[in-house]
Amino acid sequence: MEFTYEQMQRYSRHIILKEIGSKGQKKLLNSRVLIIGAGGLGSPAAMYLAAAGVGTIGVADADEVDLSNLQRQIVHTTADVGKAKVLSAKETMEAINPDVKVIPYETFVSAENIADLIKDYDFVIDGTDNFPAKFLINDACVMAEKPFSHAGIIRFQGQLMTYVPGRGPCYRCVFKNPPPADAVPTCRQAGVVGAMGGVIGSLQAMEAIKYLLGKGELLTGYLLTYNALTMEFRKIKLPEKVKDCPICGDNPTIHELTDYEMNSCGGAF
Amino acid sequence: MKITVSGKIKEYKDGLTLKELVEAEKVETPEYVTGSVNDELYSAKDFEGIVLKDGDAVEFLYFMGGGLC
Repeated sequence: MEFTYEQMQRYSRHIILKEIGSKGQKKLLNSRVLIIGAGGLGSPAAMYLAAAGVGTIGVADADEVDLSNLQRQIVHTTADVGKAKVLSAKETMEAINPDVKVIPYETFVSAENIADLIKDYDFVIDGTDNFPAKFLINDACVMAEKPFSHAGIIRFQGQLMTYVPGRGPCYRCVFKNPPPADAVPTCRQAGVVGAMGGVIGSLQAMEAIKYLLGKGELLTGYLLTYNALTMEFRKIKLPEKVKDCPICGDNPTIHELTDYEMNSCGGAF
Repeated sequence: MKITVSGKIKEYKDGLTLKELVEAEKVETPEYVTGSVNDELYSAKDFEGIVLKDGDAVEFLYFMGGGLC
């Protein structure tokens, strides 16, 4: 594959980097990333991955754009209110970069569909807002040996970690089981600064790009936390392996996917 | 004894359990937090049995959803 003149211009700031170059840019153009949730985290992730020229990007979300989303979900605009989020996201992403093929999945992820959704992708971004979905994505990715980026944001705080099969702990190693519905505040109840999604969702895009390029150190074996009020990033070391993890430990007890009870955070995701 | 809590060195009495530290630090949603002591993870139900010692490094890992809602 040779670059067109437009591509040479579009990706010139990537191509000049020794870690990317034309070889790395071609890798990105041949890569496939699935973003689950086109919301506060998924928006910046989707836009940066599209701008970066990740060739195929799947976006899964069953919701429509609501006015209350626009404070942080920057892939959508005021004119998109009422439109399916996946279509609104696709329009923005393709407007940023027509090189990119965006595949919309207007659905919530479930135990029934997730294995099929993730199977053709190289990397998965968890941009969901609730624990049933987060555990489902973790379990499905562990079972299918797919790398993924977990992230969460609330108020002025965020966290993320990257799971790579065989190279470190999974989300369940750290958090075991979903908390009961409403036991832990959600951003709908507690609020969130819109720019939190920008910080943490952009870091998810960065993890995806590094994974696809095979460059740098990923957040495998670490939980990165960010407190915007104190402006502190902390990289908390996790155990290399949690032997009794019910999904990736020595004797896994979870052999099939489960749809956990949904919490009150605006629907099924 | 001196222990490091979320990256900051703090002075606590000897024999402090992880459960007592959670209370002293006013950790949010204490029943659902994961504790890390010197990079080993513990669920909230085990905190009572973990006696901290001088030089331990403790972290609290919180459930954080967010993103879409």
